[in-house]
Amino acid sequence: MSTAAPAVVTPLPRLPKAPTGIDGLDEITEGGLPLGRPTLVCGSAGCGKTLMAMEFLVRGVQDFGDPGVFMAFEETADELAANVASLGFDLPALQAAGKLRLDHVHVDRSEIEETGEYDLEGLFIRLGHAIDSIGAKRVVLDTIEALFSGFPNQGVLRSEIRRLFRWLKDRGVTTVITAERGEGSLTRQGLEEYVSDCVILLDNRVIDQITTRRLRIVKYRGTTHGTNEYPYLITEDGFSVLPVTSLKLEHTVSDNIVSSGVPGLDAMFGRKGFFEGSSILLTGTAGTAKTTLAVSFAAEMCRQGKRCLYFAFEESPPQLVRNMQSVGLDLREYLASGLLRIEASRPTLNGLEQHLVTIHRIIADDRPDAVVIDPISNLISVGSISEVRSMLTRLIDFLKVNGITALMTSLISGRNAQQEMTEEGVSSLVDTWITVRDLEGIGERNRGLSILKSRGMAHSNQVREFLVTNEGIRLLDVVLGPTGIVTGAGRRAQQLRDELEALTQQQEHERQDRELERRRRVLEGTIANLRTEFESVEDELRRIDLETQARQRLGE
Amino acid sequence: MSITTTEEETWELRLYVAGQTTKSITALANLKKYCEEHLKGRYQIEVIDLLKHPQLAEGDQILAIPTLVRKVPEPIRKIIGDLSNEERVLVGLDIRPRS
Repeated sequence: MSTAAPAVVTPLPRLPKAPTGIDGLDEITEGGLPLGRPTLVCGSAGCGKTLMAMEFLVRGVQDFGDPGVFMAFEETADELAANVASLGFDLPALQAAGKLRLDHVHVDRSEIEETGEYDLEGLFIRLGHAIDSIGAKRVVLDTIEALFSGFPNQGVLRSEIRRLFRWLKDRGVTTVITAERGEGSLTRQGLEEYVSDCVILLDNRVIDQITTRRLRIVKYRGTTHGTNEYPYLITEDGFSVLPVTSLKLEHTVSDNIVSSGVPGLDAMFGRKGFFEGSSILLTGTAGTAKTTLAVSFAAEMCRQGKRCLYFAFEESPPQLVRNMQSVGLDLREYLASGLLRIEASRPTLNGLEQHLVTIHRIIADDRPDAVVIDPISNLISVGSISEVRSMLTRLIDFLKVNGITALMTSLISGRNAQQEMTEEGVSSLVDTWITVRDLEGIGERNRGLSILKSRGMAHSNQVREFLVTNEGIRLLDVVLGPTGIVTGAGRRAQQLRDELEALTQQQEHERQDRELERRRRVLEGTIANLRTEFESVEDELRRIDLETQARQRLGE
Repeated sequence: MSITTTEEETWELRLYVAGQTTKSITALANLKKYCEEHLKGRYQIEVIDLLKHPQLAEGDQILAIPTLVRKVPEPIRKIIGDLSNEERVLVGLDIRPRS
């Protein structure tokens, strides 16, 4: 890649790849399937091998202009067309346009008698003719194993299949071959995986009555590729692979602030709210008004004319609307204006991956500014903790990349000693973490709210008591007692004590004032007495002085 | 399929080959020999070279080469290989009943 050297340095040729157009698969394969080479897709029944192969062809035609041949050994052309019509693939139209050719190969052992030497040149000619007739660049053979049931001579068949792979490579067509998974090996015949340049394994497993599908690239000659097992789904739009960690941490960030919808809560943050596009986790024990806080946020977004998507896994939309009216949050107006959309479903409705895809699709359709998921802890019921964590990682990443502010609530068990460790372990993924809890005192419970962390801004360290009032959530002022912050009845008692103390102090003050006044008056009286005394003494002295002067004048 | 009903019909046989390969030539030679012995005067052999007419492979679902197809009498029968095993060819074509 370097152009610094004076001589022209041509980069080593990279393996050319044929993009599949299948959601997520090109990401894992770093560009697609090996161009002009055979790829094996193997898996047990019901994995979607045929579907994946068909989508590879159809996307090839629609997105990349590569005509394709589908050679089916099991299903007829009509059956295939009917099967994929639900995915929006119009095979008859593609066939009519000369872009796709479906060729059904019928193999029936009972009709075939074998005498002496033969080869499968007929298949080659047939395939070659199909490829030439539309100038195909992509070929699918589904499922080549059917040949093994049709022809008794295994030796001939194995060498012919080897020759077929070689022949396909020579023709330069990108081929997908499907195969049933065998016992202890990737394929029944244990042959195809060795002659293919790329092997993709599809797996369908049931854990706790919920099916999850996994895809893994077993081998890919001449290139690097994702090696993990990736969940995949068969959706209305076709095949969809979800790379767990496809994203690098390089999303752009916003410096804008969005309000939490609770003024007192905003005030606890240094920047008076959340960063736009950040993810907020709200954890708490049962009945600590998590949903109310979440709806407050959603309603605030709508009030500012922003779109909010609310995933409710516990309450139906009418129930949510009714319940929120009791705390002064009227959602009907926002629902009517389309700013708010509530998507309610039971977590057990789908597997985790299905949920993720549903969420992805709704978000892609709706393009909201904020998303609320209430609660994520319910998802535990449909998957193991590690699965839920990986799903949430992907979801949070997805939302961050799209600059969508996300608020998630999570229920934590009150008995859990490590209250601050959420079960899903998503705390490290979120930017802001608010916890609400019961502050249980003598004979009562109060709700307290605190901020555990908030990336990128200062925040209050206090546990604040809050009330759910008719006008929404109100944070109360902090009241300090002799042993710290007091709440509820304790708060009231403390307030009364404070008032009493203030009154006593005032009375004491007034008493002191009066005492002072009295003393002043006594003092003033004494001063007046002394002055009178002084005046009489002065008079006396003056009289004596006058007498002395008179006596002196008489004496002269 | 009893032999009596088929004796009056003319047998239509089709041999699919791909070029003049050893297997194809052997197969054709073998076929002619068996027909002369067992179906003299009431058979037709059509040789189709798929290299020249690749579009014909689809119709009879031809995969293996050489393939012999018995079109008439019905039902259709297929025999693959160079037809070197006379016994199996005759059984396969229902000229000789299965033992």
